[in-house]
Amino acid sequence: MSTLNIVNKSPFEKRSLDQCITRTSSGDALLLIEDAVVAAVSGTAYDAPLTEAGQNMKLYVLEGDLAARGFADSEMVNGFTPVDYKGFVALVAEHDRVHSWL
Amino acid sequence: MKFAILVNEGPYQHQASDSAYQFAVAAIESGHEVARVFFYHDGVNNGSNLTTPPQDDRHIQKRWSALAAESGVDLVLCVAACQRRGMVDEGERDRNKKDAINVADGFRISGLGQLIEAGIEADRLLTFGD
Amino acid sequence: MEDEEYAGGVQKKFIYINRRAPHGTVYAHEALETVLIGAAFDQDVSMLFIDDGVYQLKKEQRPDSLEMKNFSKAFKALEMYDVEKLFVETESLQERGLNESDLLVDVELVARAKVAELIDQQDVVLSF
Repeated sequence: MSTLNIVNKSPFEKRSLDQCITRTSSGDALLLIEDAVVAAVSGTAYDAPLTEAGQNMKLYVLEGDLAARGFADSEMVNGFTPVDYKGFVALVAEHDRVHSWL
Repeated sequence: MKFAILVNEGPYQHQASDSAYQFAVAAIESGHEVARVFFYHDGVNNGSNLTTPPQDDRHIQKRWSALAAESGVDLVLCVAACQRRGMVDEGERDRNKKDAINVADGFRISGLGQLIEAGIEADRLLTFGD
Repeated sequence: MEDEEYAGGVQKKFIYINRRAPHGTVYAHEALETVLIGAAFDQDVSMLFIDDGVYQLKKEQRPDSLEMKNFSKAFKALEMYDVEKLFVETESLQERGLNESDLLVDVELVARAKVAELIDQQDVVLSF
């Protein structure tokens, strides 16, 4: 019974990414969309905490939102899988419920 | 699989309605059904047919209307949010004695119960917002 | 608006997750509206208050001085709508210097480490 958690805020502006990852269980997944995608780029202050979070859950990032922000070719934090919108749809279908951390 | 989508923000201000639209298109292309999109709060402004975005920009309302026409997606605007924000269809015009209508083709105004019903009947409900 | 009744016979577990403070934005008020409308559908409803959402339950809110509606009173009426499962995260209260006696209704406290488990029991998650 796993949850797909979606975060859409940059962690440098809002705390929803931190608030989400302290409340997930193993088997859950995290998808970063919109302004949150910057957290998936390696070398930021979120590299270590997200690498650690990736031990317990799968990490995904929406590639169109990365490309829109100039990070299409950037290196990702270990464990992140880029997905397109069809991949996003598949993730929603695979998990039992979706929780948007607005 | 049957999806329902909740959109909480207005067009052009926040990416939420763009993300919701891209998701809906991809879901339909993947062979799923998007049964309903429920527009709540400022999200109801997605249904205004009085918008004229610049020609080189996307036309968010027309995109939604086309999705309703082509794929049968039920686009529902929350009635209480519409009344507060001046979104008016024929019924609302008559009921509240207004002199204009601005709800675009493919959209209809109804109650919050439609959101709950979508949550019950769809396999997945997901929210796009601020 | 006509009364909406759902005769589908399906019962799902709905959780309303409230993470925002009241009054600064409309979301807290609308979440409560949705819960009240949703009560007519006979679903299994829980509300969870975490992060700034705990401020929604603070006693003695007086938004009427700003000509805004004091919807916090409606939390006291939830019982009449058979919405009885109100969960509040202990750590969210502590971080904000609040405790249970600051809240206007009786709630069930839940530890942060147990929040994911609560969400994992649900069918539908609504957050605004």
